[in-house]
Amino acid sequence: MSAEVSSPAESVLSVRDLTVRFATRRGVATVVDDVSWEVAAGETLAIVGESGSGKSVSALAVMGLLPTPPARVQGQVWLEGSDLLQASPQERRRTRGRRLGMVFQDPMTSLNPFLTIGKQVSEGVEHHLGLHGSELRDRAVELLGLVGIPAPADRLDEHPHQFSGGMRQRVMIAIALACEPQVLIADEATTALDVTTQAQIIELLGRLQEDMGMAVVWITHDLGVVAGIADRVSVMYAGQVVEEAPVDALYADPRHPYTQGLLGALPVIGGHGRELATISGLPPDPLQMPPGCRFWPRCTRRLDARCEHEPPTMWEVGPGHRVRTFYDTAREGSR
Amino acid sequence: MSDQASSQAPEAPAAEQRFQTLRAVLANRLAVVGLLVLAALVVAALFGPQLAPYGINAIEVEDRFQSPSLDHLFGTDELGRDVFSRVLVAARVSLQVGAIAVGISLVAGVTLGLVAGFYGGRIDDVVMRVMDMLFAFPAILLAIAILAVLGPGLTNAMIAIGIVYTPIFARICRASVLSVREEVFVRAARSIGASDFRLLRLHILPNVLAPIIVQTSLSLAFAILSEAALSFLGLGVQPPQPSWGRMLFDGRGFIEQAWWMGVFPGLAIFVTVLAFNIVGDAMRDALDPKQRSVIESRGQS
Ligand SMILES: Nc1ncnc2c1ncn2[C@@H]1O[C@H](COP(=O)(O)OP(=O)(O)O)[C@@H](O)[C@H]1O
Ligand SMILES: [Mg+2]
Repeated sequence: MSAEVSSPAESVLSVRDLTVRFATRRGVATVVDDVSWEVAAGETLAIVGESGSGKSVSALAVMGLLPTPPARVQGQVWLEGSDLLQASPQERRRTRGRRLGMVFQDPMTSLNPFLTIGKQVSEGVEHHLGLHGSELRDRAVELLGLVGIPAPADRLDEHPHQFSGGMRQRVMIAIALACEPQVLIADEATTALDVTTQAQIIELLGRLQEDMGMAVVWITHDLGVVAGIADRVSVMYAGQVVEEAPVDALYADPRHPYTQGLLGALPVIGGHGRELATISGLPPDPLQMPPGCRFWPRCTRRLDARCEHEPPTMWEVGPGHRVRTFYDTAREGSR
Repeated sequence: MSDQASSQAPEAPAAEQRFQTLRAVLANRLAVVGLLVLAALVVAALFGPQLAPYGINAIEVEDRFQSPSLDHLFGTDELGRDVFSRVLVAARVSLQVGAIAVGISLVAGVTLGLVAGFYGGRIDDVVMRVMDMLFAFPAILLAIAILAVLGPGLTNAMIAIGIVYTPIFARICRASVLSVREEVFVRAARSIGASDFRLLRLHILPNVLAPIIVQTSLSLAFAILSEAALSFLGLGVQPPQPSWGRMLFDGRGFIEQAWWMGVFPGLAIFVTVLAFNIVGDAMRDALDPKQRSVIESRGQS
């Protein structure tokens, strides 16, 4: 869509009009629809939304990890002036692990059970930076130390089953950061962990981000962890970004009924005073998206026939604060 | 959630897992007997000519058709050759044909299965349709057909048997790859820029080996049986080199005069095939149940 040829100056990774469709048996499902976001060096962007809203698929599309077919990816993914979606498979492969790192949700299954921890931590360094022998081993020890694994040299030859979930996630982070990528995408990186471990991992990533100056894209369905780590937040619903804002603005003044629902702060219209609502109902089927606002079937503030029949577009409600609605729903009632 | 996670990835590392498998196999008495038989066979294959009390082509016409005795444990044949010595020496060719033929099937089948399962799509369709066609023929008929094209002889027999048993390896390997390639660790390895070759070699192959190892043992039994059948039909090992199948064939004409000429080579085939089957089954049972269920569910997909 966009006619611009260069990426915005200060952002290191810029995703524009990203659309991902899957050919399924029942038809073509558009699971990521015209999604745009960007992140600058040293900055943390949080992408939040219920499960199934297209967060992982968009991250995988950015990494170039979606199998095509059945996936079909359109749009632009600018990494410092070059559009990855136009790059050859070889060039894409060279950016993975080298310039873009990713950490996945389940640390119990993201390590190969048959390879030693040392082998897995040094894999990227070996093929991207060409280290080998004792240099490679030293780097692996250094990386494990960096992510807070005690006595790292002794643990290189162990296998994943000898590590706890939290320790495995540290290993995954070490693997993702091995070549000091410019951007780290963490997809539900702490969701599978207990609260204490979760806090430790978040703290660790914050520290590493400061040291390395990388950009972090933090994907989660849990708005609770976002407040402490993100600079900006992008809220996804049914494959679209429905609201984006600096983190303080989002918490202080959420404008989309969906965001308000996520924050659990939406007063029920006609309800009893201070009663809080959770969002009832389910997200729409990607094969049968509502023609108008995708949140319409669950929205408690349907104000106008337009909501049902016409898709709303993003508009600016404050500095860096954009929302996909027809109405400004910050205040109660219509506008 | 975590239950599901652990059942998808074998927990123990390769070395430890193999050790556990070995221990479980040893707990099975029958399997121990099978292993001992196989060990004896290997000794016979390596040192047969040295161990044999008589030369394999030492013709003693006066001693022909001797029934089994202390001098000639398995008796003598129509030329007075010692049947025991010939059975012993023929172990080498049987094991050799079995090993090389299965080696061919293993390399070809696993490579095809890896590629078909990993890339899917048209490559998968073409490869697996060809495998299905090969699989549809009765094994021995297919081997005979291949030998009709290649001509009889030991080398060609190994190639023919190798081709015949390729589809089973391809199928087993592909089925396992289909599920392993969806594992998060494969995606994670991709996310750090691993090439397809690296993914296949380091991340997929080690995780599909267990069912392939079991199949190797079972296929060795079939391959040895096939070699015997082909040699029986005169398409495999050529005389005067002794082979069990050929001796069975030669003994056929003397079954009333000298039953031992056919019975002992036949027994050798039977015992060898049985031993490989027992060991293969024991390995399958010994794979820890968690992993077995993974393999079985992979087999179904
Ligand atoms: N391979 C696929 N084929 C078809 N649909 C898919 C595939 N992968 C994901 N989806 C669909 O894409 C949507 C978004 O999934 P995902 O990005 O995993 O959500 P999230 O990470 O936000 O929980 C879901 O509706 C899911 O069913
Ligand atoms: Mg997800």
